[in-house]
Amino acid sequence: MFGIVSYGAYIPYYRLGWDEIARAWGGTAPKGEKAVANYDEDSTTMGVEAAINCLGPVDRKEIDGLYFATTTAPYREKQSSSLMAAALDLREDILTSDFTNSLRAGTIAIKTALDVIKAGSAGKILVVSADCRIGAPKSQFERLFGDGAAAFLLGSDNAAVSLEGSHSISSEFMDVWRTGDDAFPRSWEERFIITEGYLKIIRRCVSGMMNTYHLNPDDFARVVLYGPDPGSHANAARSLGFDLKGQVQPPLFASVGNTGAAFSLMMFVSALEEAKAGDRILLAGYGDGCDAHVLKVNENIEDIKDRRGVNYHLSLRRALPGYDKYAGFRNLIAKEVGAGASRATFLPWLWRDRKQILSLHGSRCNGCGTISFPIQRVCEHCLKKDAFEEVRLSDKKGRVFTFNVDNLAPGAESPVVITIVDLEGGGRLRCEMTDCDPGEVKIGLDVELTFRKMHDARGIHHYFWKSRPLR
Amino acid sequence: MESIRDKVAIIGMGCTKFGERWDKSANDLIIEAAYEAYEDAGIEPTDIQAAWAGTLQTGSSGVSLAAPLKLKNIPVTRVENMCATGTEALRNALFAVACKAYDLVLVVGFEKLKDLGYAVLGGGYEHPVFNTGYSTPGTYALAATRYFEAYGATKETLAKIAVKNHHNGILHPKAHFRREITVEQAMKAPIIGWPLGLFDCCPRTDGAAAAIICRKEDVRKYKRQDDYILVKGMGIAAGTATGKSRTDYDYLHFDENLSASAQAYEQAGIDNPLNELDLAIVHDCFTITELIIYGDLGFCAADKSKDYVDDGVFTMEGDLPVNTDGGLKAFGHPQGASGLRMVYEVYNQLLGRAGPRQLKSPKLGLTHNLGGAPGVEVLACVGIFGL
Repeated sequence: MFGIVSYGAYIPYYRLGWDEIARAWGGTAPKGEKAVANYDEDSTTMGVEAAINCLGPVDRKEIDGLYFATTTAPYREKQSSSLMAAALDLREDILTSDFTNSLRAGTIAIKTALDVIKAGSAGKILVVSADCRIGAPKSQFERLFGDGAAAFLLGSDNAAVSLEGSHSISSEFMDVWRTGDDAFPRSWEERFIITEGYLKIIRRCVSGMMNTYHLNPDDFARVVLYGPDPGSHANAARSLGFDLKGQVQPPLFASVGNTGAAFSLMMFVSALEEAKAGDRILLAGYGDGCDAHVLKVNENIEDIKDRRGVNYHLSLRRALPGYDKYAGFRNLIAKEVGAGASRATFLPWLWRDRKQILSLHGSRCNGCGTISFPIQRVCEHCLKKDAFEEVRLSDKKGRVFTFNVDNLAPGAESPVVITIVDLEGGGRLRCEMTDCDPGEVKIGLDVELTFRKMHDARGIHHYFWKSRPLR
Repeated sequence: MESIRDKVAIIGMGCTKFGERWDKSANDLIIEAAYEAYEDAGIEPTDIQAAWAGTLQTGSSGVSLAAPLKLKNIPVTRVENMCATGTEALRNALFAVACKAYDLVLVVGFEKLKDLGYAVLGGGYEHPVFNTGYSTPGTYALAATRYFEAYGATKETLAKIAVKNHHNGILHPKAHFRREITVEQAMKAPIIGWPLGLFDCCPRTDGAAAAIICRKEDVRKYKRQDDYILVKGMGIAAGTATGKSRTDYDYLHFDENLSASAQAYEQAGIDNPLNELDLAIVHDCFTITELIIYGDLGFCAADKSKDYVDDGVFTMEGDLPVNTDGGLKAFGHPQGASGLRMVYEVYNQLLGRAGPRQLKSPKLGLTHNLGGAPGVEVLACVGIFGL
């Protein structure tokens, strides 16, 4: 049976307390926090994390397509899904596509992928959604928005969740938008965009779906609704006849924030983490219209409960010490331009080394088995020339052999922690460490590798892998 | 393979005051060092038949030396081998003289770092991604972290090396820093790259040093007195730059040091460097580097280097004084000049010209010049000089 084969999610390690935002701008705030992408994360790196978490043991060579849904792609002209496919070390002969410009892009991508699989033109498609929207400083959006990602592997066989039906409407209702030049989303009077827009449109779509498929509110074990804010989300659920306590998937407003195109999908991951065979779930995405998907869970769900989803990441968190740190991460404040801040770059070099840089391929000598990164054409140990195969190192765990905490090295954040990591199965990687407190780094620390943005040069975002303490 | 031992003599040397020479250009420094060497050797500039220029980033060809000195249309070659550039320039020159391609040649190493502001990193043709977050202190700190773990050395061990070198630097009028520091000061200094603090790092310095060399049998053609020194051995080893990718590299030693010193000791006929050498001027770009060098060059077992430091073996009064001129730490480190500055100290000590630093009748001295950083790219030069 076709449908959802696996799921995964990602929430960045850092959280900004609502009280810290209030401290910066005045006023008071209820208890809550938002997930904040580290300075070296963007929608593509978070998406790669969610995808890795979703894939688990799946052979990456089986993936026939990657769809990426976001409103915050790092480039306006240049695909994100091709970058992510490279980071995930997927095959070259696959279809990659970006679903952008709509908060509904995530549920649209899932529907499209399932239709493609149903039509028989792909066996397995990875749908990833991530967003890193910046609310204007001091605005309501600043507190409401959070960063995160979700990923689903959709396949023609062995589905754990199948699609029973789907209903979509398209609407040219403008509630939140950004032109190409806007750093922050714009909006209109809240009374208008909520009462005339969100509440009416989501009601029309969900009730349309229930009419089409002869379903009642009671037929759903779980209801996942996009919501722009906690109050509107609850109003929408109540007005559709859903039970807020027992039925409606709690939104992540006070723990993660509204993660844009990924928001409903992250809630959906939360729902699947608790789901059991036989459960029917409603997944409704909103933005420029609405999608209402009806999904049915089967017994295969038990096989994928070990995936890193929302629960795993909610427990892994560190509070940022203050708003200024967040403002620095998102480049909301100008910083000193230090020595070495502007790096040279060379596109032919990035292209030649793409397998090493993005897929973290090293060499394994056919003669003596030595694994090296970067790839060595002449083996360090047995001196055999050009007798190696490429091996992916990005999915290896490792251990810190030595490290330093560098106050001098150029970097967007100081200090820079450099680690020499010995990888399980062989090979050694010199890389920066991220998502860490410099004080926790020590010889012997267990780490895993994470795909991150390194720096920008000539308008090119440079990505590579870093180590991160295994938690 | 024939040894270089006793074939080539250094008959004149010069060295500028090292430091922040805001009012002097690279050309000024070259002229200052070269003319001191001319005078010391007792030769005319027009006697020079060929020359070697050693600079890492202050010039790009032999013309950078020919132009200020008006070496008119003779062979002048610029060499570069990272921070070991100075010794590398000397090495190329002395092999050319030994094989009788030339009889009398000039070597000048120079660097004008203080015009550059903060270290210029990341501007050149380097991998666009792999070595982000690089700093030289940070990369040596990777070795310090391991050394502490493996051999029980501490920040205090490193501080004692800095204190020693600062103390020696006071005794040299041309040193960059000439002030005493305390162990406590060194240990409490701001951290540059943990565990290395400010006093664990050598400074960026302007300076130039020069040597004039000829074959041993020709010394009398140019000099009246016997005030020259002989090259006894010269080793160099370039590593494969794979320490950061090889799991069997321990960050506790440099293979390049072992090889370069073995080559030089064999040529010079040295079996026990601690007993046979009278002084050693080594590449203390960081205090941890000097600590590692003690073991690599066979002055002591690597795991005992901390005890040797505690016992004062490498102080001016110890069994083997190391960095009697203050080393890179106090004398400063203009990369192209440093290797020749090291030879300048051995030269002055062996000829009894070291003033307040003078050791008691030394006969054999060593210079050790290192380029690169652990695990990244490493290149070591070891020279042995005697009477």
